[in-house]
Amino acid sequence: MPRYGMVIDTRKCVGCSDCVIACKTENNIPEGYNRDWIVTESKGKFPDIQMEIRTERCNHCSETPCVSCCPTGASHIHDVGGVVLVDHEKCIGCKACVVACPYDARFIHPDGYADKCTFCIHRVEKGQKPACVEVCPTYCMHFGDLDDPNSEVSKLLQSRKWHVNLPDAGTQPNIFYLV
Amino acid sequence: MNELLELTTTRNNPHVDPFIAMWEWQIPVYLFLGGIVAGMMIISGYFLFSGRYKESNCACFSIPLISVVLLSLGMFALFLDLAHKPYVWRLYTTFQIKSPMSWGAWILILVYPALIANILMRPTPWMLKLYPKLSDWTGKINHHPFLIKNIGIANMILGMMLGAYTGVLLSSMASRPLWNTSLLWVLFLVSGLSAAAAFVHLFAKNKAESELLAKADNGFLVIELFVFVMIFLGFLSSARPHIEAAQLLLTGPYAPVFWVFVIGLGIVIPLIIQLLAVNHKIRHTAIAPIMVIVGGLILRFVIVSAGQYSHWFNAHFH
Repeated sequence: MPRYGMVIDTRKCVGCSDCVIACKTENNIPEGYNRDWIVTESKGKFPDIQMEIRTERCNHCSETPCVSCCPTGASHIHDVGGVVLVDHEKCIGCKACVVACPYDARFIHPDGYADKCTFCIHRVEKGQKPACVEVCPTYCMHFGDLDDPNSEVSKLLQSRKWHVNLPDAGTQPNIFYLV
Repeated sequence: MNELLELTTTRNNPHVDPFIAMWEWQIPVYLFLGGIVAGMMIISGYFLFSGRYKESNCACFSIPLISVVLLSLGMFALFLDLAHKPYVWRLYTTFQIKSPMSWGAWILILVYPALIANILMRPTPWMLKLYPKLSDWTGKINHHPFLIKNIGIANMILGMMLGAYTGVLLSSMASRPLWNTSLLWVLFLVSGLSAAAAFVHLFAKNKAESELLAKADNGFLVIELFVFVMIFLGFLSSARPHIEAAQLLLTGPYAPVFWVFVIGLGIVIPLIIQLLAVNHKIRHTAIAPIMVIVGGLILRFVIVSAGQYSHWFNAHFH
């Protein structure tokens, strides 16, 4: 079984927000809400300052506090690719998963259910790329099977330095940032 | 030294940014009512178990009905919090073993029969007027002291489970460092017991019982202070997110309300008043119990609110 993940090259990302707009359009995200977003992190001591621009979303973690806390099984791991999804018909809107996510990647949709990035599984299952990856003008985003050593994402992780967000939270995220 | 650390985000999701504020008044109110009912079940269960029910004015006969009302109010608050209300029945079509909320939903289903069995021991006159057949049940239960003892045990065990679960619900979330202590259930259980002892003390008609409850409450308040010390020792000797979480209460934005209302007016001052009262230096009044009860409610508000505010971000920076 594949394990889907993303590898994002922070050296190429310019923070243009094309991925954000593509997601909102593809998934019909209501105004004022975001399934993905741009983070700019600046750190260091003048004059030695580093800046990293990242496109962020649900990390589709391997250890999923959002799934374990769900009282109805609405938050679940999909049969294909280990993608973390929410079954809207089972969600009671208790918000436990939103609070349980250390990345604050979830929100409550105005219709009442918990919502978040799906890795555009409806596209992926048809052999297409997620909308955000498809539109990226700098080709900084890569999507694929992390368990396949010959996939583009696996090769990038073997050849480049990378980090994940909040590794100490223990969630084993599946989105990797090349540095 | 003077390192620049700046994080900007384009995300601005409602109740998520700039920090999580998902759970509002409904959850602390529910946790408080669940806690006080848990405490009352343990107290009334103990009174049944220890044979105190033989006293005609035992508080164990009025506790269960009040508990049913308070617990139902709490569950209504919980229902109000749900964003997808028409699907609430989904809680009861599954059991998710890893989800404390699923455990809680099923524990609540078990709590009601235990409370109702306790009510049936001595139904109120209006209940008997509405359903005269209740007296058959009452007769059956009262003919079997062994059954009464077991109703007492069931109330104590389910009370423990209910009180503990209100803490585990929060402490299971590693994403919120302030909640992520395995002592939180002890804190909520002891605080629930303390608020329950104070509340029952307010309406207990039996003098010996009233005195016993005031003494017990003093014990619970001392244990609660001790649990707080242990929780903070644990946090302050842990990783940076946990140290910062503890500082939210100790010196940070939540410190004034924590020190003044939770520790000062909610524990220390009522403890002093009740210590003087049980030693017959002053008379028992409603002041100390009311302070304890309000303190318990504010404790839930502070923990729920500050807990959502606590996060792992800084672990990422250092």
